[in-house]
Order: sequence, then C-alpha cells, then structure tokens
Amino acid sequence: MTLFFAVLTPFVGAALVALASRLGRSHSAWAAGAVTLAALLWLAPSSPLPFDGVTLIQQHDWIPALGLNLAFRLDGLALLFAGLILGIGLLIVLYARYYLSERDSMGRFYSYLMLFMGSMLGIVLSENLIQLLVFWELTSLSSFLLISYWQHREEARQGARMALAVTGLGGFAMLGGFLLLGHIVGSYELSDVFASGDLIREHPLYVPTLVLILLGVFTKSAQFPFHFWLPHAMAAPTPVSAYLHSATMVKAGVFLLARLYPALSGTPEWFWLVSGAGLATLLLGAYVALFKHDLKGLLAYSTISHLGLITLLFGMSTPLAAVAGVFHIINHATFKASLFMAAGIIDHETGTRDMRRLHGLWKFMPYTATLAMVAAAAMAGVPLLNGFLSKEMFFAEAMQISAGHAGGWVLPALVTLAGALAVAYSLRFIHDVFFNGEPVDLPRTPHEPPRWMKVPVEILVVLCLVVGIAPAFTVAPLLAVAASDTLQAPLPEYHLALWHGANPALLMSFVALAGGALIYLARRPLSAWHDRSIGLLDARIVYNTLQNGLFALARGITQLIDTGSLQRQVFVFLVAALVLGIAPWLAGDTPLAGNRVGLPLDAVSLTAASALIVATLATVWLHRQRFTALITIGVVGLVVSLIFVKFSAPDLALTQLSVEIVTIVLLLLALYFLPQRAAPEPEPARLWRDGVIALLAGAGTAGLAWAVLTRPYDTIAGYFLANSVPGGGGSNVVNVILVDFRGYDTLGEITVLALAGLGIVAMLQGLKLPAPSRDDAGRNWDADAHPAIMATLTRILLPLALLVAVFILLRGHNQPGGGFIAGLITAVALIVQYLANGAQWTHQRMASDSHPLIAWGLAIAACTGLASWLFGYPYLTSTYGHLNWPVVGEFELASAMAFDLGVFLVVVGATLMILLQLGGLHRAPTRKRGP
Amino acid sequence: MEALIALVIGVLTAGGVFLALRGQTFPVVLGLTLMSYAVNLFLFVMGRLAIGVPPVISDAAFGYTDPLPQALVLTAIVISFGMTAFVIVLSLKARAELGNDHVDGLEREEDRHE
Repeated sequence: MTLFFAVLTPFVGAALVALASRLGRSHSAWAAGAVTLAALLWLAPSSPLPFDGVTLIQQHDWIPALGLNLAFRLDGLALLFAGLILGIGLLIVLYARYYLSERDSMGRFYSYLMLFMGSMLGIVLSENLIQLLVFWELTSLSSFLLISYWQHREEARQGARMALAVTGLGGFAMLGGFLLLGHIVGSYELSDVFASGDLIREHPLYVPTLVLILLGVFTKSAQFPFHFWLPHAMAAPTPVSAYLHSATMVKAGVFLLARLYPALSGTPEWFWLVSGAGLATLLLGAYVALFKHDLKGLLAYSTISHLGLITLLFGMSTPLAAVAGVFHIINHATFKASLFMAAGIIDHETGTRDMRRLHGLWKFMPYTATLAMVAAAAMAGVPLLNGFLSKEMFFAEAMQISAGHAGGWVLPALVTLAGALAVAYSLRFIHDVFFNGEPVDLPRTPHEPPRWMKVPVEILVVLCLVVGIAPAFTVAPLLAVAASDTLQAPLPEYHLALWHGANPALLMSFVALAGGALIYLARRPLSAWHDRSIGLLDARIVYNTLQNGLFALARGITQLIDTGSLQRQVFVFLVAALVLGIAPWLAGDTPLAGNRVGLPLDAVSLTAASALIVATLATVWLHRQRFTALITIGVVGLVVSLIFVKFSAPDLALTQLSVEIVTIVLLLLALYFLPQRAAPEPEPARLWRDGVIALLAGAGTAGLAWAVLTRPYDTIAGYFLANSVPGGGGSNVVNVILVDFRGYDTLGEITVLALAGLGIVAMLQGLKLPAPSRDDAGRNWDADAHPAIMATLTRILLPLALLVAVFILLRGHNQPGGGFIAGLITAVALIVQYLANGAQWTHQRMASDSHPLIAWGLAIAACTGLASWLFGYPYLTSTYGHLNWPVVGEFELASAMAFDLGVFLVVVGATLMILLQLGGLHRAPTRKRGP
Repeated sequence: MEALIALVIGVLTAGGVFLALRGQTFPVVLGLTLMSYAVNLFLFVMGRLAIGVPPVISDAAFGYTDPLPQALVLTAIVISFGMTAFVIVLSLKARAELGNDHVDGLEREEDRHE
C-alpha cells in the first residue's frame, strides 16, 4: 500500500494546504513542503529495491470485472521520475514562497500544485494503463488550473484553455490507443504489456494503436505540430513553468515513450513517426527560440527543442539512444528548472522579461548571473556540464545509426545544426541579459533576490556541475536502473565520462559551439530576415481557425436542433416517437392482438372506466378553467387508485391515494401563484394539429397495451414469491422487493426524492412572487381563513392519522403498507394541520425545518445496509428474527424494517419540505403589481 | 376487460399529450400528471390483469399476481410526485423571473396587467 499512499498524499495534502493558508501566507508553503516530504517518505523504504533489480508491484482490486485494478509499480524509471517530481517539487515550493506577491493567494497556488504533483506521481507509479490514463487526464486538468492561476489575465486564461484543449484531445486519442493495446494484450497491466512486445508489433492493429498513443505523447510533450500550446502556457506564474515545463508535465509524454519503449519500439513505423516528429521539433524549437524576445518564450521554445531531442533519441530505437534519452531527461530537468527560476528572478526583480530592454544586469545581480550562466552553458552543451554528456551521446548515436546509409551525412548535419542553434540561443540568453550595454527603462531597479529564492537555483546548478564533472560517481547508478527498466533488458555497454577521446561526437560538439557563436554574431540580419518571413507563420492561427470553425459548427447544429422553444421541442419529440413507434409495426405483419384469453368485462369496471375517461376529457376540455380542471384531474387520480384496488395491487392503491392528496395540495398552491387568467386560445389549426398528435399517441399506447395484454408472458416473479417469506421475512412481497430484494434501487429512489426536495428549496431561495390578496372577481381569498370546525376536527384527527401511519409502517412488511405509504399519510396529516390552522399556529407547535428528517432517513437507510457489512454479508443483506413481546405476543422483526423507517423519514421530510416551502412563499415580502 | 384498460391508457395518454403541447405551464403540469398516470398504469398491467390475488403470502390465498411491476410502479408514483413538484416550482421560478407563465418564457401582452 505504500505506493498508493505516496500518490494519495499530495491529493489529501491539497486540502490541508488550502486549510493551512488560513493561518498565514507562509503556513501553506510549509504545509506543501511537508506534504511533499511525506510523499517522499512513503517512497523511501521501497527506493533501494530497483537497485537490487526488484520491481515492486502493489495491486488492489478496484473493478476487476473490467480488468481495472489499482496497481502501482516502482522500478528504476518510475523511481527516477518520482525523484524528479518530488525533488524538484520541493525546490519549487520553496521558490514559489518568495516569487508569489502579496496579492496572490498562496493556498490556491499550493493546493493546485499539490494536485498536479499527485497526478504526476500517479502517472509514473501506475502499473495499470487505464489508471495511468486517469492520472494523465488529471495532470491536464490540474495544469489548466495552474496555468490560469492569474485568472484576471486574458492571456493566462487563453493559454490554459489551449493547453487543456490540445493535451485533452491527445489524452482522448491515447485512451483509444490504450484500449486497443489492452485488446491486443488481453490485459492493461504493464508487466503483461512488456511481455507481449512481439505480439503487439505483429498485430494488425499495431499501427492504429501506435498512432493513437503517439498522439497523446506528442500533444503532452509539445512535439511538432502540437508544440504551439507550450509557449502560450508561459502565461503561468514562473514557478509553474519551472515545474511543469522542465521536469513534469511535458516530461509525461517522453516518460510514456520510455515506459512503452519495450512494447512498441523496434518497427519502421515507430522509427519514422517518433524520430521524424522529434527531429522536426528539435530544429523548429531551437530555431524559433533564437528569435524570441521574451525570456520565458526563449526558454519555452528551447524546452520544445530539447523534448524533440529526447523524442528523437527514443525514435532511433537503439538501446544506447534510449539510455541517452533517459540521461537527457534528467539533465534537461535540472538545467531547465534552474533557468526558469533564474528567469523568474530577473522578471521579479526588474519587472520585465523583454530581452530588448534587459541588458547589463551583471552589475546588479552578479550572483544570479553566475548561476544562470552555468545553467545556460549546460543547456548549450558546454563541456564540464551535464548537458554536454547527454548531448555527446546523442551526437554519437546520430552518427552511429546514419553510418553506412546513403545520405548518411544528413542526420548528423541536422543535429549539429540544432546543437549550434542551442548554443546561439543560450549565448543570447546570457549575453543579451547580463551584458550587451545598459538596461532600457526598467520598471524597477534590479538587485539580488532574497537569499532563499536563490537556494533552489543553487542546488540545481550544483547538480549540473557535479553530474557534468563526475558522472560515474553521481548519476550513474540511478541512470543505470532507470535505463535498464526502460529497456526491460540488460543494458548496452556504455561509459559515462567527461573524456571519451577525440571522436566524431566531440568534433560535432565543437562544431556546434563554434557555429553557435557565429550564428549569435550574425543574429541581427538573421533576426530581420526571420521577422519578414518565417516569423509571420503562427501555428496559433491554424489552431484558432480550427477552433472557431468547430465552435461555429457546434453552434449551427445546436441551433438546428434546439430552437429554444419547449413547445416546439416537445412537438418534434412526439412526432419522432410516433414515427419510430408506428413505422416498424406497419412494415411488419404482426397481428395487433394475441391469443391470450382475457378477463370478462363487468358493469362496475365499465362505469369506473367511463368516469375516468369523462374526467380526463373534462380536464382537457376545461384546462383553461384551472380550478375546475384541478377537480377533474383529482377524479382521474381516484379512479386510477380504484383500478389498482381492482387488480390486486393494494399497496399501489394506498400509495396512489395518498400521493393524489399531496399532488392536489401542491397544484392548489401553484394555482395561487400562477397567473389566474389563461392565455387566449391559439388558432384552431394549432389545436387540430395537437389534437391529431394526441389521438395518434393515445391510439399508439392503447394498441401497444392491448397487444401486450393479449399475449402470454413469462415472469421471474416466482423467485420473489417463493423467497419472500423464507428469505426476506415478510409476506407482503411488494414491500419485501422494495426494502430487501431491490433495496439498493429503493435507496437510490429515496435519494432522488431527497434531491428533488433540496432542489426545490434551492430554487425557491430568495424567490419573490406576487401573492394576490383577492381573486379575479375582487373577492377576498379568505373570508374565514381557518374555519373553526375544520380546525378542531383536524386537531382531533392528527393523533389518529399518525397512529394509522405507524400501523401502516409496522405492518408494511407483511400486509399492504410500508414506508412510502406511511410517509405520505404522515405528510398528509401534518399538511392538513397547516391548511386548517395556518402556518403560524402550526410552527409554534412543531419544528418547521424538515431537512433533518431527510438526512436522518437517508442515514438510517444507508446504515442499515452498512450494518450487514459488519456481519460479513454484502451491502443491504437483510435479516430477521422473532421477538416475544409481553402482551402483544410473538412479533417479527426484520432488519429491512429499519430500512423502511429510513424510507418513511425521507418521504415525510421531502413531502413536507416541498409543500411547506411553497406554502411559505406568500409570507415572503411581496411586491405590489398593479391593482 | 383488457380492451377497456388499453382504452383507459390510450385516453390518458392522448389527454396528457394534448395538454403537454399547450403553451402555459399549468396545463403542461396537468398533462404531465395525466401522462404519469398512463405510464404507471401501463407498467402495472405488464404483470397482466388479475383479480383478487394480491401478492401477499398467506395460506388462504389461491394465487398471486406478479409483484414485480407493482414494486416498480410504487416507487414510480412517489418519484413522479417529486417530479411534478419540481416542475411546478420551476414554473413558479420562471414566472417570477420572466414575468409570465409561458413554457418558452415569452413576454405576452395579456400577462402584463394582473
């Protein structure tokens, strides 16, 4: 469970950090640091395992039926990334404490940062692919929050949206890829995927799988042509950029390349797709970085370029290239994070990031300048620094795979060019900012930053140096385990050292250094040329065109379907239902009636049905005289309950009867507030049209009912009838089904009812309606508000009604009754008190707030289910026993009755709440409208 | 008897549909109520019609009707009450915010002077 807790810690920590921010600004930083350390501590005990060649896998069932397990994996690669995420995370926490200004909310920042950290940890520690994808999407979401941290800035919101759209789309493609992969392998576990490398590569679905997964990788790691979101994400606070765009978010893509390397690599498709995208990105990023005037823009494009380099290395598909790729991941994380932090310091202390204004800062901040220079030298690949080592390996591999091919000089030439461009933009970063004349009207007078703001940069720069000088004594063991777990195979022979003798790679390095210096010297004419030509191209324009086109399409479709008129929607829906319902029947030759022998007709039924039909027609005919329509619809409801009585459904009859009463009270209340006059009759054509649709719908349902009723059928009722008494301990099968067999459904249903009640309360909050004191004819509503006879009678009736309700509730398990019905009866009994005696009188005698009833009801129902867990049974298993009560005699007690009590409370609470809220409206302050 | 029940269901549906197509909220609520009667009845009779055989286990019973549709409909009745209440409150809210009781929230001449 330790890995699970390591991933969980930042998520839980996010809440703690937000809480801690209430104590003070520094507290949330301390809390965030503590959370990061805690996550590290969870990992610490297992961290030696990969060095012993052990892969730690921890599995917990989640949804086993779907092949979905909570499964975590700690091997060399995962350990490396977890270390980067948490280690650099810790430095970022420290740095951000000094970077954020008084106006920025610390709690929100650190909370988002922790969410992001947890999601990243989840990706790198996942063993299950689907689980990995969940964390993958979580990084997209949490980085959206981080990039848009300064929500008041337009470019921050835009950048965040773009990042989310691009990486979100990629994630979606990747889901498809993973599903295909799972389909091919038959499992989503990485261990199984690694073991099926050949199966995957030879499968006919290999290419679509690869393309979909690569789409996810390329969007996340900002590979060409999806690179354009990353520069716009620079609108984020610099600590975010330093974290997301050096060590984490964009590295998630290359992490996945490394992770799936043993399963997917080694084919021509992999080679061309991955190394092609990598090479294009490497060159493009390095080229554009040279001409960026924004300090962070330069770093962003340099990041794109370095990600391209790593991608290209993995695309080369040789074991040694993969080792170099892993190595460059480490090196890039260290020097790029420190460079971003340095850029943040410069921005923080001078107030600008524009390199046309930033010059000669050496005089003001020599210390920061030194740190930045070392880090930039690492980025350029200068010897003695870590960037040099991995870059030299990269050059060597480029030579290696090109050797012996026709046109074998192309790749080495291109990568040397990219190296030269990297040298040039690194030079520009240093020379333009720290030397090259005097600053041009800076908003602030620059000076060195606070002590602790430099510490994270110092640590990273020291790392760049020691790795660069003595790789064998520092990074070698970690690189070895990470690389061998990337390959899932023994490591190729390689030698980490500063000096490899004079070889082509060394020559390429020096050519790149010299070429970079030359390019930098020629920057002015180059820049002028760039601004006139390629600089005008912007992938964002394509993105915006696509996006606007998509929005327009969506709007068009929506407008086509949704005209904004409910009447029209209902009309379209009904006509569609009619056509779809009638057409297949007309096409087939099935007779309408079956051969089942029906029940004989009797006079009473005929009379009742006639009453119902007349009342229905009257409701339709008189719907404009609203009060009359209310009475006739009441008659319909009563006859419906009689139908339930007639056809052996006493429970339904009782329910229908009590619901009928509350519905009528409800409709009466609604009438009070709705306009009293109906709108004028619409034109006859409209009435005819609706009439025809209504008749067709009626004929359709009648025909369907007739067709079903005249056919025999099979039922699963036998099981319920047979097991009701022995299994559920109750002889009322309907009730036993509700509270026992299908108790879980009922729990859902009372939750819906509770939510409907709460929704109504929310809608009525602050609602003001004109409550007319007179009716249309100018008569007073209430000549006698609370008639004495009715008031007196209802008071006498109340205890009786409650007694009946309790009786119905208790006997419900064995005789018609139960929680629903008892709840409705109780609600009716209480409502009548309000009607007869007025709200004020009733409130003096009874708590008016029914929220607690609902809460208690739901709690009791849910806990009855939980109780069965205590005895080792599945949720909501019921039990029963017989008690011998004195006087009463033997009495059966089933645990399902407690559940029914919960149902009862929810029904009482929700019904009362709905009606009382509505009834209480007119006591709200009303505004006068007209005479 | 089956034909009669089918007719009842058909009439309830027709009335409900006609009212649901009206423009003001109150008739629409009435229509929805009629339709929920129709739907509940329809679901209920899926267990076929049987007289005098309620699904309550006892030694004296000579048969039981299908309890399953009944259990289904029982909760459906209560839920449709919740739905009706919700729709009514929605219509009141619309009345308060839009100043009329048309389902599409149209401002009507007739509603202004009450």
